[in-house]
Amino acid sequence: MTGIINYGAGNIRSVCSSVIACGERVFLIEEGNHFKKANIIILPGVGAFDDGTKVLSLKGIIKPLIEEINNGKPFLGICLGLQMLFSYSEEGDCEGLGIMKGEVKKFTIKNNEIRVPHMAWNRVKLLDIEDPLFFNIGDNQYFYFAHSYYVEPDDSSVVAGRTNYGIEFASFIKKDNIVGVQFHPEKSGDNGIKFLKNFLEGKWQR
Amino acid sequence: MAAIRIIPCLDVKDGKVVKGVHFENLREAGDPVEHASFYSKENADEIVFLDISATIEGRKTMVDVVKRVSEVVFIPMTVGGGIKSVENIEELLKAGADKISINTSAVRNPELIKEGAKRFGSQCIIVAIDAKRIGKSRWEVYIESGKTPTGLDAVEWAKKVWDLGAGEILLTSIDMDGTQKGYDVELTKAVAESISIPVIASGGAGTLEHMSDVIINGKASAVLLASLLHFRKYTISQIKEFLKSKGIEVR
Repeated sequence: MTGIINYGAGNIRSVCSSVIACGERVFLIEEGNHFKKANIIILPGVGAFDDGTKVLSLKGIIKPLIEEINNGKPFLGICLGLQMLFSYSEEGDCEGLGIMKGEVKKFTIKNNEIRVPHMAWNRVKLLDIEDPLFFNIGDNQYFYFAHSYYVEPDDSSVVAGRTNYGIEFASFIKKDNIVGVQFHPEKSGDNGIKFLKNFLEGKWQR
Repeated sequence: MAAIRIIPCLDVKDGKVVKGVHFENLREAGDPVEHASFYSKENADEIVFLDISATIEGRKTMVDVVKRVSEVVFIPMTVGGGIKSVENIEELLKAGADKISINTSAVRNPELIKEGAKRFGSQCIIVAIDAKRIGKSRWEVYIESGKTPTGLDAVEWAKKVWDLGAGEILLTSIDMDGTQKGYDVELTKAVAESISIPVIASGGAGTLEHMSDVIINGKASAVLLASLLHFRKYTISQIKEFLKSKGIEVR
């Protein structure tokens, strides 16, 4: 079953619905000992970095989550769920999970070239145009974004897709069992559902 | 870069779409799920539900509508109308809305913008501004469905709500709304150039040129459309094809 971590922030229902639409069963992870039941973990994201990490910490979820990820369970972080994998964000003072090395930065507005939040459908340019997570979708397709911060991993080899918004930022990262996306697959129409299906089917790991 | 968004707006009263799509073979007239699915399949970039229910029961029904829509429609959904408190916002977001839109209550209680943005993130707080021209390059903010003048200058108010943490502005020209004579491009431009959050233009669209005009000259990031789409004057694909021919990025 797919465990979706509930830390009280926003759109948990949409994430559950989209996974169910892929034909999977879901349950909410509310505390540390719920992880055992999950063979796949999703950390959704809407809200603020500090609030998110605070609730995760209060619920005693951080340590078991790090263990599960380090033990190789397939993991998907969405938007803030991707950002929280990092140890530090310009958005707040709280410490993230620290699983990925790098920074979470805020878009800078220059010459009114971009508007922040980046609230739009935008393209994901893949590094490998045959990336199995984008099977049936392809390169340079549109996904829905709603964020003011983006991740900048130290190790650029984890970046699997980029998106142009004033700058080229990492919108899709992949490392071993960890997948992170800055866009919202649960809100990206057919492309989003296809992406989730590919993730849940697990062929990308083989 | 990012694609310009085409956003259908549906009025909902007591759980039913009113002034909805005028086409046949709907299984159930006025079903919000059916309307949202229809526009999602037509490649709408988002969907907005405006709750015009006058009663508390009607409002409660809206939460149920949001739940049902979010189970089957996987594009961003905004809900506006009658939202007064952080609790109202939370209830709608938990039900599956991605953003909420506040108008009258933002003017009456600007702290609501700040609180909402802090708790749920700026990206889910839209402030709707209904503006009426009162002179050369001057517009006044109206509330209560455009009935009550506030004395607030629209451009100044837009700056204020941006500062308070709003993530987007839904800007309606009261003068042009319903006329199909084109957007108030000057108003849209004045607001868009004074802030750095996206502006959704609304009110006055009658032709495809009106839309490209408000995007190119008014600097709008999105257009909100109602009757033009519901009466099938244009389909979303027709609009997108046209905008593309004008060099505007669409999905």
